[in-house]
Amino acid sequence: MSRRPLVREVPPTSWYFHRPTYLRYMSREITCIFVAAYCVLLVVGLQRLAAGPAAYEAFLLGLKSADSIVFHLLALAASVYHAATWFGATHKAMPIQIGENFVQPGVISGAHYVVWLVLSFVILYLAGVF
Amino acid sequence: MTPMKELRVQLEVLRYNPDTDTEAHFQRYELTCPEEWVVLDALNTVKAEIDPTLNYRWSCHMAVCGSCGMMINGTPKLSCHTFLRDYEGTVIRVEPLAHFPIERDLVTAPDDFMEKLKRVKPYIIPKEKKPISEGEYKQTPAQLMKFRQYSMCINCMLCYAACPEYGLTPSFIGPAALTLAHRYNLDSRDGGRKERQEVVATHEGVWECTFVGACSEACPAHVDPASALQQMKITSSIDWIVEHLIPGGNK
Amino acid sequence: MAKSHKPVVWFPFAAGGTVIAFFIPVIVVLTFMAALGHVPPGLSYDRMHAFAGSSLGKLVIFGVVALSLWSSAHRLRCTCFDFGLRADTLVATVLYIMAIAGSLLSAVYLLQI
Repeated sequence: MSRRPLVREVPPTSWYFHRPTYLRYMSREITCIFVAAYCVLLVVGLQRLAAGPAAYEAFLLGLKSADSIVFHLLALAASVYHAATWFGATHKAMPIQIGENFVQPGVISGAHYVVWLVLSFVILYLAGVF
Repeated sequence: MTPMKELRVQLEVLRYNPDTDTEAHFQRYELTCPEEWVVLDALNTVKAEIDPTLNYRWSCHMAVCGSCGMMINGTPKLSCHTFLRDYEGTVIRVEPLAHFPIERDLVTAPDDFMEKLKRVKPYIIPKEKKPISEGEYKQTPAQLMKFRQYSMCINCMLCYAACPEYGLTPSFIGPAALTLAHRYNLDSRDGGRKERQEVVATHEGVWECTFVGACSEACPAHVDPASALQQMKITSSIDWIVEHLIPGGNK
Repeated sequence: MAKSHKPVVWFPFAAGGTVIAFFIPVIVVLTFMAALGHVPPGLSYDRMHAFAGSSLGKLVIFGVVALSLWSSAHRLRCTCFDFGLRADTLVATVLYIMAIAGSLLSAVYLLQI
């Protein structure tokens, strides 16, 4: 009897359909496409801001469209999903040991959410939303 | 005593005979088992009563030895730890661990993992050697807790079968071996981190990991390889900064 | 095997991931309001110009844009590989150059304000 192990190739373009865990991972990774596109919008906004009041007002007005609303909804969903996965994983990358025990994951992610909410409200307040 | 409830079990098992086959194929077995049985019990019954040619590995039947890892409905699991009642009324698909070559039927070739395990030096390399007469190397409970979780690995390789990056890039050192490197790095008695970094901090080491997290979900011993690898990415990055950006840091 | 230089690209990725998580959602909300036709007072030309005119404002805006761009570019590089695009060096080069170009442009625009 000879050894003749059977090697199975992983399909490089479709492996992530094999398990729900992989699909969740891919959906987390894909958020970067929308975040990147939104960053491009921010760079364009900066360019308009540097170009003067008329250009900047036109930029703001240009945001008012159905496409833009859809784009913003996608960017919002992607960035919030990214934030949730990021806060949920911090305890893995940076566990905190106090004495013998480790701080509970929920405490670490919870602290992140509190800071996130406070920060978001401060920014909305500074922007005069309320 | 109430009579034992029995389950009708349908198994679809991947078969491969290296002497005659060029491809693997599924074979169906039907049997009746007590409802508290696990998949391994069903396989043992198949081998004893239906088909003695079926090959698979097992030993302890209590989720300690780590030898009966298989893909059960596509998820890496210890077959001694997977209850038939959780799959009642369905066909249970049993395959050898993903990402490893099939030796025969459900038996895989673990050579690659064994070689990688050796490379990370998973043993204590004492910080300071001292004669036995000077007594034991002492450790506080807090120092023990720092690495204890990572020392629970039973080398079952489920995390390798779960990791898509290992499947896509087989040169990746992989979850269990890197996590064991981390376990010894964290040990207060150990001084071998620098030697292990020669493997850990390479492209094939932690940098092949994209934090899918499937390894930690698969681990039957509740080790969290994903966390170990993320921590090692941070410490390896700090190493890089010290070595390249701080004058005299490359010592 | 030599030690990898990945930390050069990974550290800013990790920093950027944190920045995206904390800042991008609320910034999206602000421009989303503009998209709905209710431009928040803080997004008016005068107030944005004043904010981007201060050195602290320049630093904050540049930090958020540059790190978010880098983080997205790095993650996109990994995603391309996961989708089966194996020309990793080419993908990485193109994406990192785009991220750096976006950051440089932001710096130039900010310095003009």
